[in-house]
Amino acid sequence: MRAVFVQASVAAAVAAIAYFFVHNSLENLERLNVKTGFQFLARPAGFGITQHLIPYDEDSSYGRAFLVALLNTLLVSAISVVLATIIGFTVGLARLSRNWLVAKLATAYVETIRNVPLLLHLFFWYFAVLRPLPGPRQSVVFGGVAFLNNRGLYLPAPILEPGFAAIPIALLVAGLATGALVWWSRRTRLRTGRHHSVIWYAIVLLIGLPFVADVLAGFPIGWDIPRLAGFNFQGGVVVIHEFVALTVGLSIYSAAYVAEIVRAGVLAVPKGQVEAARSLGLRPGQVNRLVVVPQALRVIVPPLTSQYLNLTKNSSLAAAIAYPEIMLVFAGTVLNQTGQPFEVMTITMAVYLGLSLIISLVMNWYNRRITLKERTS
Amino acid sequence: MTSRWIVAAGFACAVLPGLAAAATLDDVKARGALHCGTAPNIPGYAFTDDKGDRRGFDIDLCKAMAAAIFGDANKFKLTPVGPRDAFAALQTAAVDILTHRFTWTYNRDAGSGLNFTRVMFYDGQGFMVRKSLNVKSVNELNGASICVGQGTTTELNIADYFRSHSMKYTIVTFADLDEARRAYDEGRCDSWSNDRGSLAARGLGLKNRDDHVILPETISKEPIAPMVRQGDSQWEDIARWTFDALIAAEELGITSANVDELKAKSENPEIKRLLGVTDDLGQKNGLPASWAYDAIKQVGNYGEIFERHLGPKTRLGMSRGQNALWTNGGMMMAPPFR
Amino acid sequence: MSAPAAAATIARPPEAARGVLAWLQQNLFASPLNTLLTLASLYLLYIMAPPLLDWGIFGASWLGSSSSDCPNRETACWVFVRARFSNIVYGSYPIAERWRADIVFAVAAAIFGLLVLPRLPGKLWIGLAALVVVPAVSSIFLAGGVFGLRSVETTLWGGLMLTLVVAVWTIVTSIPIGLLLALGRRSSYPLVRALCVAFIELWRGVPLISVLFMAAIMFPLFLPRGVEFDKLLRALVAFSLFNAAYMAEVFRGGLQAIPKGQYEAAQALGLGYWRMTGLVVLPQAIRIVIPGIVNTCIGIFKETTLVLVIGLFDFLATVQTGVSDPAWLIGDHIRVTGYFFVGLGFWVFCFGMSRYSQRLDRQLAAGKAYE
Repeated sequence: MRAVFVQASVAAAVAAIAYFFVHNSLENLERLNVKTGFQFLARPAGFGITQHLIPYDEDSSYGRAFLVALLNTLLVSAISVVLATIIGFTVGLARLSRNWLVAKLATAYVETIRNVPLLLHLFFWYFAVLRPLPGPRQSVVFGGVAFLNNRGLYLPAPILEPGFAAIPIALLVAGLATGALVWWSRRTRLRTGRHHSVIWYAIVLLIGLPFVADVLAGFPIGWDIPRLAGFNFQGGVVVIHEFVALTVGLSIYSAAYVAEIVRAGVLAVPKGQVEAARSLGLRPGQVNRLVVVPQALRVIVPPLTSQYLNLTKNSSLAAAIAYPEIMLVFAGTVLNQTGQPFEVMTITMAVYLGLSLIISLVMNWYNRRITLKERTS
Repeated sequence: MTSRWIVAAGFACAVLPGLAAAATLDDVKARGALHCGTAPNIPGYAFTDDKGDRRGFDIDLCKAMAAAIFGDANKFKLTPVGPRDAFAALQTAAVDILTHRFTWTYNRDAGSGLNFTRVMFYDGQGFMVRKSLNVKSVNELNGASICVGQGTTTELNIADYFRSHSMKYTIVTFADLDEARRAYDEGRCDSWSNDRGSLAARGLGLKNRDDHVILPETISKEPIAPMVRQGDSQWEDIARWTFDALIAAEELGITSANVDELKAKSENPEIKRLLGVTDDLGQKNGLPASWAYDAIKQVGNYGEIFERHLGPKTRLGMSRGQNALWTNGGMMMAPPFR
Repeated sequence: MSAPAAAATIARPPEAARGVLAWLQQNLFASPLNTLLTLASLYLLYIMAPPLLDWGIFGASWLGSSSSDCPNRETACWVFVRARFSNIVYGSYPIAERWRADIVFAVAAAIFGLLVLPRLPGKLWIGLAALVVVPAVSSIFLAGGVFGLRSVETTLWGGLMLTLVVAVWTIVTSIPIGLLLALGRRSSYPLVRALCVAFIELWRGVPLISVLFMAAIMFPLFLPRGVEFDKLLRALVAFSLFNAAYMAEVFRGGLQAIPKGQYEAAQALGLGYWRMTGLVVLPQAIRIVIPGIVNTCIGIFKETTLVLVIGLFDFLATVQTGVSDPAWLIGDHIRVTGYFFVGLGFWVFCFGMSRYSQRLDRQLAAGKAYE
């Protein structure tokens, strides 16, 4: 009875708030002067974007501009998550190092980075990346095919010719074969206790097969090498500095948090576990790999998930340093040009929400896999 | 609370109440202060001085309005707004007028429930390049990379111009205009593009301004005009005629220094009408007879405002150009006060 | 060494290594890898320290009052910070009324000082006063309009003062809301639980900057016609709800750590839900969550830089506007100096909080050991 009453009153309160907002919005709607809707997504955008992973030009629609921006957000988030994890684990372990200087430097890293707003980090890295680089005409050349200057890093772009399909097919076959090998090795180990290393077979398969396919198909990949034309390099693919600075800034900032999470996780593993592992005769590497890390991970993964969420959301600060992600392109230029803030902001927030939910789902799945399987009472 | 966002999504095809028929002047008088929307941060137009006072060309336009309405140029409140939220702020009556650097365009005027008052500054988009590039014209910028600050028309102007001239370009868009300049300064781009007024002002922050030059072409028309809500023509009249009065004052040679003297002694019938000596022009708009006098006395005429914040004696050092009076070859002309 | 001799002498414990050299040997050069790491770290310091010191201290411009006193463009211009210091601290708060802000600063500093003292009778009460009474009274005091104080529009508030106001109010309001949400998330009522989960995940799933855009652009639409909502208040609501979701997750961790037996024991004693929560669960949970709360507070403090989005001039924004004052537009070094100063300012506050949290952590851990 009480439960019904409490829930009914909560529902009533929420409904009242909802009604209040709906009512006001409707009333405000009546005085509408502006015709709006989602039709603008099909209209031509008319502006350029520096980095697009899918074909895009000024004739493309606002909808496509949105897609380009979304992919850019995904790209920088994915790479930064990986880098932040690597740096974070390194620094976190360095803080526990027995070398006094290393431990102190790692502590200094965490305390300096964590206590300054991310925006300032991004400014710092952007101009730290730009400043030392030469102009296009004085580019640093790598083997005559790659060029580094203050406009970006220009790399040769692959041009796919007919017959190219053989390579991905070979790669797929190699992948499947490797999978089968790993599965076989694992099964034999579990059954017989004998360990067969498959890593070398895997490497030979994964590199060899595509190479053979490449030769047999008559080298179907051509390379578009960037060349200096006028002010800048044309052709090839370019890695823009905005991307580099954002990735570096975001990774280093988030790594400070990851480091703390890792440290706490490792410290949470009881000392007895390490001592027991050592007395079993495990080598230090094995102690870490087989005993410490699996137990620490259980403590690390939940807060790490939040950190990944934060990193993805923090990529929205990239607008300040011109990396064309969602907040800059869509909630910026598109919003300003179309003058439809409500639609644009709704879509933008829905996108971030969706990303967050996906990350949460993946990490929760991983977390379930590594949690301690306790007996159920 | 969830429902709040669902509502938001549901009504995405919506919005913006124009608080149309309400008499803005009555609201402003009752409140005792004029609410102006200005840019947070543009050198010369809207900035904060060392003491924390907000100053600039746009701010003075707001002050002139406050003086005309209340006889006191300090009865105003500033709300810093950007291109994202400025129009919404005006439409929802958070501000009474936008004295901001917004370009008068058809779509904004016709489609958004807002009206432009009158052009207070003629501008156009220009380009700055390093002198060492030896570029003399925008048309030589084929293949160049261009740094810009996010605006409402900036990116499109460049795209239109370069494409219509069959030239390639790479645009690097920054959310903040100062960061665009800084990236250009560090060599990220061959050129930096913005309204010419903004190039002149923000260009002072370059490491070495003398190494750079503004190219002669202006690739767009940017008539900058303060904005009010649609549907209150009295309020629109007050704003437009107050600004006209500032220009008329310059035409008639009335300055903040000599306005008292002219009010007492001048025999010029138009001066007498404007300053409320012979005719009560203000009353027809619900303002005191001294409305124009107060604005000129406390803020100065158009020329004075320009000189104070933008002119050759300031660090911005801009010449009047198109913003000179029509009698001096410019485009500033006030309709007759009669 | 012969076997009998070894048997004859009683093995003594290794001598405790003392002195500088021993310390160095143990901590820096214990192994080849350690030595390598040490040398690499020293080299890093050697490369980074001298230019930074030269830029910020030895070569910097310290004296004067205008941009012409900063001729060297390669080094810091502290003159800028000095000249605009009052703007950076108070924003556009009227000069004649700044004593009010000074009093608030002094009270805040005094309370913080008291809280840092290790053993203080009635610390809990002081803490509560700091969290509830002081922010409320200070805000009224700053806003004025009562007791003969001149009213000061919140649009004029700015600088460090505004940053502190936003941070403190957000912290003070998000903690209780977060607690309620966390309790709601563990509620036995499915509807309450679902609503709390949805609320928390919704806020945690979107960037704060987009929430602030919403507050700036869309919020007026939800209100009845003619109702105006102070900008600062709008920012505070957005900040508070957003961070309440984070606080809720911190509390959830604490609540989950309470053994089930505690709940069962409380129920067996016949305690109702609120008494069980208030008397048994929370006192234990709060101890666990304090470090997490302080970390969230540090996050809140840094996030305040986003209020510029809705047109408020915080600590960072006052420096940014300062840089755009034509009087200071003389080159890039002014801007770099300004940003460096802001970074330093944030660092001091956040590092302080971080240290405080570590101390609490140790104190609480120690307290636990005595039980």
